[in-house]
Parts: sequence; C-alpha cells; structure tokens
Amino acid sequence: MSDASLWGDVAVAVLGGAIRVGTPFLFVSLGECLTEKTGRINLGLEGVLVLSAMAGFAGSYLTGSPWAGVLLAGVAGALLAMLHGLLCSLPRVNDIATGIALMLLGAGLAFYLGKPLIQPQAAQIPSIELGMWSDSAQVQAALRINALFPIGVLLAALMAWALADTRWGLIVRMAGDSSDAARALGYSVNTVRVLATTAGGFIAGIGGASLSLYYPGSWNEGLSSGQGLIAVALVIFARWRPMACLGAALLFGGAGALGPALQSVGIGWGYHLFNAMPYALTLLILVWTCSPKQALQGAPMELGVSR
Amino acid sequence: MSDSRVAVVFDSVVLPVLALAGAVLLFGGFVWLGGTSPTETWLLLFKGAFGDAFSWQNTLQRAAPLMLTALCVAIPQRAGLMVIGGEGALVLGGLACAGLPYLFAPPAGVMGTVLVLLASALAGGAWIALAGVLRQYRGVNETIGSLLMSYLAIGLFKHFVEGPMKDPSSLNKPSTLPLNESNLLGLLPGYEVHWGLVWGAVACVVAGLWLFGSTHGFATRVVGGNARAARLVGLPSHQLIITACGLGGACAGLAGGIEVAAVHTNANASLIAGLGYTGILVSFVARHNPFAVIPVAILFGGFGSAGSLLQRRLDLPDASVLVLQGFAFVLILASEALRGRMGEWMVRQQAVRAERVAHETSRARLAREQAALDAARQEAA
Repeated sequence: MSDASLWGDVAVAVLGGAIRVGTPFLFVSLGECLTEKTGRINLGLEGVLVLSAMAGFAGSYLTGSPWAGVLLAGVAGALLAMLHGLLCSLPRVNDIATGIALMLLGAGLAFYLGKPLIQPQAAQIPSIELGMWSDSAQVQAALRINALFPIGVLLAALMAWALADTRWGLIVRMAGDSSDAARALGYSVNTVRVLATTAGGFIAGIGGASLSLYYPGSWNEGLSSGQGLIAVALVIFARWRPMACLGAALLFGGAGALGPALQSVGIGWGYHLFNAMPYALTLLILVWTCSPKQALQGAPMELGVSR
Repeated sequence: MSDSRVAVVFDSVVLPVLALAGAVLLFGGFVWLGGTSPTETWLLLFKGAFGDAFSWQNTLQRAAPLMLTALCVAIPQRAGLMVIGGEGALVLGGLACAGLPYLFAPPAGVMGTVLVLLASALAGGAWIALAGVLRQYRGVNETIGSLLMSYLAIGLFKHFVEGPMKDPSSLNKPSTLPLNESNLLGLLPGYEVHWGLVWGAVACVVAGLWLFGSTHGFATRVVGGNARAARLVGLPSHQLIITACGLGGACAGLAGGIEVAAVHTNANASLIAGLGYTGILVSFVARHNPFAVIPVAILFGGFGSAGSLLQRRLDLPDASVLVLQGFAFVLILASEALRGRMGEWMVRQQAVRAERVAHETSRARLAREQAALDAARQEAA
C-alpha cells in the first residue's frame, strides 16, 4: 500500500468516525447547553451518560427494540438529572459539587445494575447508508451513519430556534441571564432550572443510548471515560449556541476517531496517546477561548463556571 | 458547652454522621430491592471494615492513599479552588516513582525510598499546580481542567507502561520494572500495615497545622474566602493559590508513589482504581478539614475493604461500594442545606427566653406596685 492511499484511508476513517464518535458528544452537549442556559452547570452529565448507556442497553436487550432502549435511556438520564436539579434548589447547595457527586452515583448505579449485561448482545440502532454511490468499501463504511445523528441535527436546529424565538426559550434565557428579572415577572427560577436540567438529562441520555446501542455498541464499565465531561467543555467552546455544538461535536468526534483509525491501518505506536487526543484538544481549546479578565461572550450571566 | 459551640458541633459532626447513617440505610434499602437481606449487608459492612484485626489492617491499608488524595481536594479548596483531578496526580506519581530508577539507580535502603517518593510527590505537585496556573492565568475552570488532565495523565501512564517503560517479562499485565527490593516501603513493626499510613496521617496533621496555625496558611484561607479582598490587602493570591494546588497535588502524587512502593512494587494498571475519586468524597465529608480527613478516610477505607466481603458472601457486584459512596455524597451535599440551622434555632430560643424574662420582670413590677397600692388603700381605710 502506498503512503498516499494509507493517509487517504486514515482521513476517510476519521471523517466517518467524526459522526460515529461525535453523536454522543452532540446529544450531551445539547443537553448541557439547555441546562447551562438557565444558569446552572451539570457536571453530572458524565454520570448521566454512563447510567443511560446501561439503561438503553438493558431496554433494548429486554424488549428487543432499540427504540425502547433509547426511550429508557432518556428517562434514566432525566431522572438522574432531575436529582441534580432538585438538590441544587436547596439553599447553599453548590451545582459543581452536586455534579461531582452524581458522576460517582451514576457510575456506581450503572456498574451495579449493569453487571448481568456485560456478556449479552442487544438489538442495535439501525444505520442509514449514505455511501451507496461509492464503490469503495472504506467510503461506504465511513458514510454508514447512526440513525440518531440526523435526529440530533434536527434537535440542534429546533433548540436554536426555540431558544431564540419562543416564549419558553425567553424564559429559559431569562432564568440564566437575570434570575431577578425572571422572579420579578413571576416565574420560579428554581422550577425553570429543574425542568431544563431534567430535559437536558433526557437529551444527554439519548447520547448514552448511542454509546451502548451503536458505537461501540455493547455495555461495559469502560464505555464512557470522560465523554460527558468533554461535552460540558464543548458547550463553552460553542459559546452556548446549539448549532455550534453540532460543529464542535463533529470536530471532537474526529479527534476521538484518530486513535482507532491509525490502529486500523496498522500504526500501533502511541495508541493510548492518540486516544487521549480529545482531552488534550479540549484543554487546548479551553486555554485558547477562556480569559481570566472577562466573562466569555455569550455566556449566561448567572453561570458560575464561565468566570 | 456554650450555645455557639453546640451549633458548631452540630454542623461539623452531627450533620455528616446523620448523612452517612442515612446513606448506609439507603444502601440497605437498595440491596433489599435486589432481594438481599439489608441486615446481613449492614452486619457484613461493619464486620468487613472493623470486625477483627484482619479487617482493621485491610481498612487502614486502604485508608492511607485516601488521606493523601483527599488532601488534593481539601488544600486547594481552602484556597478557593475545586480541584478534582487527584486521580491523574496519583497515577503520574506512581509512574514517577517507578520511573526514577530508569534514569539512575537510587541508593539502596531508606534514602532510595525517600528519593522515589519525592519524585512521585514532585510529579503530582507539578501536575496539579499546572491546573492552578491555567485557572489563574488563563481563566480555565479548574474543576473541568483538572479532570481533563486526569484523563490525559492516564493516557500518558498507559503509553509509558505499555510502551517505552514496559518490563519485557510482564506479558499478561504490562508493568514497569519492579523497584529494587531494598527501596520498597515496609510494614510497621508488629502490624500488617505498611508505612504509608504514617505518611498519610502525618501529611494530614502537617497540612492542618499549616492551614490553621501558620501565617502562610492563614493567608491561603483568606484568598480562598475572598480573593478580591485578599488582593486589596496585598496578598499574592496567584502565588498562594498555585502553591496550594502544588501541595495538594504533591499529596496525591505521594499516594501513587506509596501504592507502588508498598503494594504493587511496579507501576501497572491496578494503580488506576479510583482512589482519587474516593478522595474527593472523603474531603467533602470531612468538610475540607485536614484533621477530619484522617477518621473519614479510615471510614471509607473500611467501606472499601467491606466491599470485597459483600462480594464474596452475598454475591453483590463489586460496584456496590461505589453505590454506597454515591448515596453518601448526595446526602452529604443535601445536608449542607441544614447547616447553620441549629445556630439559628438556638438564637431564636434565646430570644424567646429573654422575652419571657423581660415579660416576667414587668409582671412582677406590676404586682409589687399593685400590692403597695392595696396596702396604701387598707391604711387609708
């Protein structure tokens, strides 16, 4: 094999991987975006992702329908996120600390309940073949996309529209930008935040189902290692805009696909280093976009993390 | 005991104990849903942690690294930063400890041990100090940043252990070359517990004395309380915060070094066991007080050692300890909402009492005047 075609294969694999690996990033970052728009940060989405991946796999395994699994994953994610929302509504309870607690609790519950699910196979989410026009097997493989991905793109567009142009979107943004204004207009800031966090958990839960029911497509305890957290950082990078979350998720999906892509063409050196690429990239982007002097452009004013 | 003292004890002792008891109760209910007897679970939880000398030794063995990783949260927290990347510092500390002999042969005996442990503390300290630098000079949120760095550290660790530093004879489980026998950390005389426990407890006491008994520690706490006020009185807040991060990271790195030098003898994937994450919980339960970290770490070390007993006897998954920890964490945070309530209640009671006394004295005065009036009337009659 010549060098040129080798790098071509890697490029195609990375592009295909961007969608495959990026889909969970997309859902989690959309969920986090909705939560953060109301002025709270939910680091617990990492726990939500693990728990919902397990729940999605269990749902699909028990009912035989992957879509029932997706629904169950969303519900499990919503319940855990609701716990975050309710806890943070108590006086003096810090949202970042609660997020750390839910990371531990979500992983614990998922590993405990998911113990019997490590061996079996569950019905997978169907894929959509977009590569039929090509003869190349690599291109076909790269364009075989997760059926959840188009749903995620629609959801991003819907969220962008709803946040900008609807009454509900305005209430959400008001809770995040000025809780005093929201209170003055008679809205309960805590209720808005709990509802948005719960909805965000449902969306992130779908991302979890994508992990266990599409790629990698099985349940094990190492399924999510920090993807939920990367997604939280992605929202900062995307400046709290849903459509920008889509681009960021694809970029990070590509970075995450680099390690496996290189391994598939026989480059084994530094496998673990390439797998750590998304974390390094996230950190670099945070260093590049954040500033110690002023709040980030587009950040909800009530958000503590964007300081 | 004065009223304010009672309120402090309620906040810092009674509330956490109640939250932990609630977590243990909740855990019993949770296993009961799965058809396991909760009473038997509670009994084994106690037996496995503190039931006999063997379990005590196991518990203390596990508590040693938890004390150090908890300090990695507690010290930066006192300077106002929420660092949760202790796992990364621990892993790099372990790697540095096992890696030093690749650079030069450390002297045999205790000097060599001190040297490899120093290397681990330096590695961990530099790693978490970097998270502090990113926060102070670039505005990168330290909670997210340090956790991302943790995953990076694990990637680096795996790369070196399975690549350039791999011992060719370790086939099934890639590891580095073992430390020289004479450099290993031994057992405390007469006990089956290694010296790491002493290192951990001493680190906690020293950190506590530094924070609450020295000027530098006081300055650090002022910065943590209000960074702007600290700058106004001329405290070098960047320097103090980054120092606190470095010290915390050094503790977590030391935990990794101790695990290598006392338990594993080389660096391998068993080091990545979530000790850094349990340390976060320990620090929260101890309310980020280094002295309180010691008993809390022993308690959670106990839960850890009881976990394997639960697994053997009741066939519960190994993640049951993680579930218990999750419950404990959530309840500890929820109990935060009740903090200070005891003090408020006592102030209110005091006010009520004072009012009653004032009321009674005024009634007594009225009665006296009435009596005098009556006496005058009788005389007149």
